[in-house]
Amino acid sequence: MSQWLPIADIAAKVQAGELKAADLVEQALKTINDKKEYDAIIATTESRARGRAKQVDAGKIKGRLAGVPFIAKDNFLAFGAETTAASNMLKGFTAPYQATAIEKLEAEGAICVAKTNLDAFAHGASTENSDFFTTKNPYDKTRVPGGSSGGSAAAVVLDMAPFAIGTDTGGSIRQPASFSGCVGYKPTYGLVSRSGVVAMASSTDVIGPLTRSVEDAALVLDVMAGRDDLDSTTIEADDQGYLKIDSSVQGKKIGIIREHMAESLDPQIIDVIDSTVKKLEADGAEITEISLPSLPMALAVYYILCPAEVSSNLARYDGQRYPYSYTEAKDMDDSYFGSRGRGFGKEAKRRIMIGTYVLSSGYYDAYYKQAQTVRTKLINEFNEAFRQVDFLVGPVAPTTAFKIGENINNPLQMYLADIMTVGVNLVGNPAISLPAGEIDGLPVGLQLMAPQKADRELLALAKSTEALLV
Amino acid sequence: MAKLTREDVLKLARLARLELSDDEIENYREELSEILQYVEQLQDVDVNGLKPTNQVTGLTNVTREDEVRDYGYDTEDLLKNVPKVKDHQIQVKRMLG
Repeated sequence: MSQWLPIADIAAKVQAGELKAADLVEQALKTINDKKEYDAIIATTESRARGRAKQVDAGKIKGRLAGVPFIAKDNFLAFGAETTAASNMLKGFTAPYQATAIEKLEAEGAICVAKTNLDAFAHGASTENSDFFTTKNPYDKTRVPGGSSGGSAAAVVLDMAPFAIGTDTGGSIRQPASFSGCVGYKPTYGLVSRSGVVAMASSTDVIGPLTRSVEDAALVLDVMAGRDDLDSTTIEADDQGYLKIDSSVQGKKIGIIREHMAESLDPQIIDVIDSTVKKLEADGAEITEISLPSLPMALAVYYILCPAEVSSNLARYDGQRYPYSYTEAKDMDDSYFGSRGRGFGKEAKRRIMIGTYVLSSGYYDAYYKQAQTVRTKLINEFNEAFRQVDFLVGPVAPTTAFKIGENINNPLQMYLADIMTVGVNLVGNPAISLPAGEIDGLPVGLQLMAPQKADRELLALAKSTEALLV
Repeated sequence: MAKLTREDVLKLARLARLELSDDEIENYREELSEILQYVEQLQDVDVNGLKPTNQVTGLTNVTREDEVRDYGYDTEDLLKNVPKVKDHQIQVKRMLG
């Protein structure tokens, strides 16, 4: 049982004076301290959090999230602690301004209490690529929590706060939600501003909530969504918002993704998906099988485009403008090479070099341009699928949480953890991971996907599905 | 099939301004070759008649008025993360011999 009420109830009770924001913040900080051994947290923002709690309790800050503690992945610029993206390159970086997402949450009275661990610069599927330490899975400390938002997923499941926020570039919210056992929401591309978030792959990066329920995720999304002048890729929020999500699955057309239910998948994961789909069918949903023939190639597309964008976005870390700098350098070139060679971890360097390769003259057409064109093919197939069905359903990841160390020396194997999540990142559609059961004591998620900008409809289906899973 | 040589890795590292140790060069030579071989499966895909996608939600030319906005940032504040500052400017190593 969670110690936290639903988010809307907490805020209502704080506004009514029945709960004190100061107590909620202490409760969150105590839980964080009690569960230190999971290494979910890089730093707390306790002094700032206590100050904000006082203002909420004095009625100076009101809103739909009044007094609700939350935890941000450490790639969000936030006041009260360093913003490191779990990298040595940014260790010591204090944000001069806050991410728009944080500002919007704070404007509604939410209180950031800590920053969570991640794979450095969000490159990874396990938090093992963090330059600092590896977060442990809340169900089994010998296993990973998933990644890259592994600290955020673990923090929610360990009950450290009512919600956390993360980023999802190729599955980094949904896969840890599946591995650790919480709800993870990836909105339509552009729905939440990325201003003030450490950039990874800008054509797929999105921001979303990790929560204990679909209703909590919808409320957090409702607060964060919408156009922002500081991020020109943002789109307008749904004019009905994201809170009207009570609906029936009666008559909803749901397609099972054939390519994700292949024979190679763990039969126990197939069973979990199948049994949920049967419940949806019994409740009146129309289930069909849908094929997306290019989907098995999505991972290859992603591991060309993502490193290409990473190599560009990480060019700014040159030893001159951000904290890490190689101080023994003799001249400028030496400073660039030394700072980048020593400051970046293994995975960042791996991705920078892959990106440099696929963008370099002579290889650009064969790799980068071809990947962008296969991306078009994938978009066409998704659009065709959504002419036949309202939603798609399938697994989140090919396995449950793996052992710490199991994949760390095999980068390609680690990349395969993203195989079922990267597709929607490339096409820009929304998707959600819902806790759907357990296999050998480890949580396993179910993934639902919808057409672009159908976030409200997707959350409504997810809420109905969640009710069937209890 | 991409099978990188030591020189290929060194060239990439040079382009990307990365100093690598000998061990790193050998590890990356193997790992990058394996990753590139995996992504090469795309080269056989028929994309005849299709255009590359750069932006997925269909936005084009998002413009705004070209006017100064005061976000209230302080110069000192914006420079506080810089390793070396002199007279409100970023100080770097010598660039010309």
